[in-house]
Amino acid sequence: MTRFEQLRLDGVSRSFAGQAALADLDLTIRRGEFIALLGPSGCGKSTALNCLAGLLPLTRGSIWQDDTRLDTLPPEKRGFGMVFQNYALFPHLTVRKNVAFGLQMRRVSRADIRRRVDEAIRLVHLEEHAGKLPGQLSGGQQQRVAIARAVVLEPSLVLMDEPLSNLDAKLRLEMRTEIRRLHQSLGLTTVYVTHDQEEALSLADRLVVLRAGRVQQVGTPEELHTSPANWHVADFMGYRNLLRLRAGATDGATLAVSGDGLELTGTPVGDVRPGAEVIAGVRPEDLVIGPDSGAGVRAVVEVVEYQGREVAVEAVTDSGLRLNLRGTVRPAPGDRITVTVDPARLLVFPADPPGAPEPAVEPDRADAPVATG
Amino acid sequence: MTATLDRPPEAPRRSRTALRHRLAERGIDRQLLLLVPAALFVILLFIYPFLYGVGLSFQPAEGGPLAAYREFFTDAYLRDTIGTTLGLSLPAALLNVLASVPIAYRMRGRFRGKRLLTTILVVPITLGTVLTAQGLLNFLGPTGWFNRTLLSSGLVDEPVRLTNNYWGVFFSLVITGFPFAFLLVLSYLSGIDPTLERAASTLGAGSWQRFRRITLPLLAPGLATTFCLTFVLAFSVFPSAILVGDPSGTTRVISIAAYEAAYVQYDYALASAVAVLMGLVELIVIAIVLGWRALLYTGSTAGGKG
Repeated sequence: MTRFEQLRLDGVSRSFAGQAALADLDLTIRRGEFIALLGPSGCGKSTALNCLAGLLPLTRGSIWQDDTRLDTLPPEKRGFGMVFQNYALFPHLTVRKNVAFGLQMRRVSRADIRRRVDEAIRLVHLEEHAGKLPGQLSGGQQQRVAIARAVVLEPSLVLMDEPLSNLDAKLRLEMRTEIRRLHQSLGLTTVYVTHDQEEALSLADRLVVLRAGRVQQVGTPEELHTSPANWHVADFMGYRNLLRLRAGATDGATLAVSGDGLELTGTPVGDVRPGAEVIAGVRPEDLVIGPDSGAGVRAVVEVVEYQGREVAVEAVTDSGLRLNLRGTVRPAPGDRITVTVDPARLLVFPADPPGAPEPAVEPDRADAPVATG
Repeated sequence: MTATLDRPPEAPRRSRTALRHRLAERGIDRQLLLLVPAALFVILLFIYPFLYGVGLSFQPAEGGPLAAYREFFTDAYLRDTIGTTLGLSLPAALLNVLASVPIAYRMRGRFRGKRLLTTILVVPITLGTVLTAQGLLNFLGPTGWFNRTLLSSGLVDEPVRLTNNYWGVFFSLVITGFPFAFLLVLSYLSGIDPTLERAASTLGAGSWQRFRRITLPLLAPGLATTFCLTFVLAFSVFPSAILVGDPSGTTRVISIAAYEAAYVQYDYALASAVAVLMGLVELIVIAIVLGWRALLYTGSTAGGKG
């Protein structure tokens, strides 16, 4: 199969009935990269994947594999492998024939098909099930067939559309490791769609966070985790405390924010002017619980959740704001505590201008035989 | 005394609720017993006359119990009706099913005007055979629009005979049978997960291969069922065989033979024998088709967990 150096998405856009589901996606994928498209449902991530696969025509923009234009080619000519959310295994064909299907379509010789199918089935540990129909397999096994069917063609690019969302929690963790292992050992280039930030952070080399059809941020897991570009990304990256406050004085590096009885110091991200409405975000684990007598925001513990080594605490400040905290200190419900935060860990984002665009809802999957949302 | 007090007072009630559970354990739903009157009604109304007819066919006025059957098979005028009817109904049913597939395949997605198009395609079902036959006579008859157009355009020198022969009945069977086959095939096709074809296309299958390797195998059992149903409808053709056919010659179908035996010759034994043979031929054809269907994959048409 042809190997490319880079795959370039150039202003890729897709509208449904005039509503933009994906707008101006620019992205360069290098060979061997694992890219995750991350975002809430309806953010355009599946649309982007289907555009890439050729299952959806673009409204605008182009896709280039090195110097070859791809977006005018039908899916069967692109040579990408795809793993579908519902696996889409052919129910009337055995595991072996499912995996062999793509090779047969490419007119690979019989002996080669046999060898490569055996290899792919061994790779996903399904040797004993090779003669079964998909209906006789468990969800995890079906998922592995779907992966084997996609990678047996040694595709230049593997597309995965929320492949783990139908599995239970334990299997999901196992398959996650499995996918990363296959990606590395086969030297694949992978584009992976998910709404699960943990999945994306643990799998991907680079993440693309989408919201309302627009790219919010592209970066490594570390970059996104520690310095989200705006409050939507922060929200998605586990900044569970998002406080609507007003910006005060700044000394360049830090910024005072206040509102709802809170007086805090944080780090501005982006264009934050004094007096402007802002959203201050902080992760539960970056809020420090102190004794009642200490300095900081005063609050009352409401809910305490045991989570193994740590506890998750929900506390209500005197002004009625709910805070999510996380740590090893284990208060009891009803305890009075104080909460402090390192100014470096409290990120202050500009609030959305009023009338910001809302995401276009993608049409239902059943809408068209080939086009999907 | 204490022993009787210790006895749980709800014991009788427990045995009462247990009856339903005991029945359920044996796979009996008590509420299904409500179907018994309806089942009796069906037996009285359908199975009894059927068995009566079968009995009648073995009681001819003379010549022993098999005389009516012997008469049917020795008289070529009667015997050939089986061939005539099969010659009409098999090709018509086959054409109905085969023509439905590409049209339903194009229409399986959602598109603007689908409902209108489906309605237009299905209208002939509601018209009934007689109206269809009348339309055919007007349209395809020797002085109908079709022949007048052909004559005036100089394509033919004399009218093409398309009614009062084999073709008239054939067209009538297609017009009334197609909508039925189309609706069935469309519903079978909509049951096939559309992501399967998408998956096939990412694996390099072109549109013909996707249809041939994925959709058709999943659709085939449905096509077999559709064929059986349209065949049975066509095999019992009667009104159009008379109205637009040649009822004493090329379209003398088996139901005409039964009708003549019963109401022209008043030979009820022969008429019953013809009816029984008619059912038998249908059963043989259906058995062959369903036997072929049993060799196919007939399980789920979904691509996995959804």
